[in-house]
Amino acid sequence: MIQTKNLVKTFIDGDKQTTVLKGIDFRAESGEFIAIMGRSGAGKSTFMYQMSLLDQPTEGEIILNNISTKGMTEDEKGQFRLNELGYVFQDYALLPDLTALENVALPLLMLKIPKQKAYEMATASLERIGLEKKINNLPSQLSGGEQQRVSISRAVAHSPKILFADEPTANLDHESSNKVMEIFKELHKQGQTIIMVTHEEEYGRMAERIVRLDDGRIIS
Amino acid sequence: MLDHIKIGFFLANRQVRRASKWTTGLIIFVMVLTFLNLTVVSGVLVGLIESSIKAQRQYYTSDVLLSTPDKKEYIENTSNIIEMIKSLPEMQMYSPRYSESGTIEANFKENTKATDKEMSGVVFTGIDPDVENKLTGISKFIIEGSYLNADDFDQVLIGSLFVKKYSPVEAAGFTALNVKAGDKIRITVNGISREMTVKGIVKSKVNEVSTRVYLPEKQFRGLIGRDDYNVDDIAIKLKDGADPLVVKEALIRAGAGDYAKIQTYEDAQPKFLKDIKDTFALLGNMISSIGLVVASITIFIVIFINAITRRKFIGIMKGIGIHGNVIEISYVFQSMFYAICGSFIGLLILYGFLIPFIDAHPIDFPFSDGILVATVSGTGIRIGLLIFATLIAGYIPARMIVRKNTLDAILGR
Repeated sequence: MIQTKNLVKTFIDGDKQTTVLKGIDFRAESGEFIAIMGRSGAGKSTFMYQMSLLDQPTEGEIILNNISTKGMTEDEKGQFRLNELGYVFQDYALLPDLTALENVALPLLMLKIPKQKAYEMATASLERIGLEKKINNLPSQLSGGEQQRVSISRAVAHSPKILFADEPTANLDHESSNKVMEIFKELHKQGQTIIMVTHEEEYGRMAERIVRLDDGRIIS
Repeated sequence: MLDHIKIGFFLANRQVRRASKWTTGLIIFVMVLTFLNLTVVSGVLVGLIESSIKAQRQYYTSDVLLSTPDKKEYIENTSNIIEMIKSLPEMQMYSPRYSESGTIEANFKENTKATDKEMSGVVFTGIDPDVENKLTGISKFIIEGSYLNADDFDQVLIGSLFVKKYSPVEAAGFTALNVKAGDKIRITVNGISREMTVKGIVKSKVNEVSTRVYLPEKQFRGLIGRDDYNVDDIAIKLKDGADPLVVKEALIRAGAGDYAKIQTYEDAQPKFLKDIKDTFALLGNMISSIGLVVASITIFIVIFINAITRRKFIGIMKGIGIHGNVIEISYVFQSMFYAICGSFIGLLILYGFLIPFIDAHPIDFPFSDGILVATVSGTGIRIGLLIFATLIAGYIPARMIVRKNTLDAILGR
């Protein structure tokens, strides 16, 4: 479960203050697949960064899985992200020095899963998305679509409670985008909570619910 | 924490393995130069003095030196002391020397006026030429003429410092003479003047060798009236591995200390050498410290640039829950890798090439043949310092970047 109460985010640049999120109250239940949509500058990515604890809201409260994240230290947030959350970024965000397998295994190792077990889990996760033949490839040896699939694999390998995806198809061609969305739908079927930011109606409609933002507020 | 170290090592390993080989090579090359800067500069400075001390030991004092005590004219009871020396199991050989001050005068037939006289005060040393040569190898320093024989009569070796050709500098109260091998000189010792022939000229970087005039002991004893065979110095060479201090103490226990000043080669070093050694060691350490600071700054810059260019990936790692410690540890491991590789290659160059090469081709300094001194313990300490400085220099920039806001790092803001 995700809940935000009166979420406000203001950016300060010298004397200039820009309030991007203007008091958002939001709730998502476990197992939901929600697409956050809106025009450019509506605050959808900022909203996701606050919910996913990658950023600190100016005001308001975020409750994840019935735990208030207010007052958490950076280390506690990091540990929470590791244990409970998964991330898929627009530009894949794979570590260039690690192979696909190592990229997926890294959070598992951080969770103190023994190395052999972590690699088995990572291999299984990559097999599920059809990349079993490319597990030893570096990100630079994979196409954009493949890299995004590895990124999804890394995000879900440790079975997070919530998967956040920020414009996961923005850098992909149509075919790769469809494959990524198919993976999301499959994960949703398996009960995965997914919060996806997208500006593409076609993919937004694949979600269970669409939350539309405009000028820092939820409009529908 | 152990998990953090393991994952940090894993990340460092992958980064180093997949980094540009040229970049890695360049960083290691800088570390090699830094290591050599740490060891070689101070090593040469110390080696300059060490070689001087070594030469002093090899060509003058030998391992243990017995000399005339203060307020005495010579080593009394020399024959008994020589018996003690002979009974030492560590003794390999010894050379007794007679010494007496006097003057030498060159071109005395041409320069008859008192103001024109070419005269210099000297220390005459009476030696058994064969024994002394076996002990110190003095004959190899003959640069003109030839070495003495035990039966030579009225023949001397002159230290090069007294010969104008080899010592052109005139100092107040000191006159170098225009002589060459084969010339006649007049010596005056113990009130006796004799004409003698310069059989050879001896030149060494050991001052004590070049500032004496040598005669065979048989004739010299007669000149100075030392019929009791009491000598002024006895240089003792010990068998390999024998400790000079042990021998010194044995001689003192046996009572030789009542008649002679007993010194190990270290005790007998001139004070200026001891002082210079300390000064050069200090200087070497100062230069090494600067080298260490330069190395630290180099690694700091390398790691900082590396971390800055990888800021996005550091942000991603933090974003997906990798603890900041792990990332810092990975950079510390990378720094350690550079320092260890640099030190290892530096060690190979130092012990595999530089030291043997400089031993075979010493650096020609005016007062010694400079060698490169790098003790294992000293080198170990320098490696330790280098690695420690490198770790700190690697940790600080990594920490600076890791502490940045996670989202700003990911988004490159």
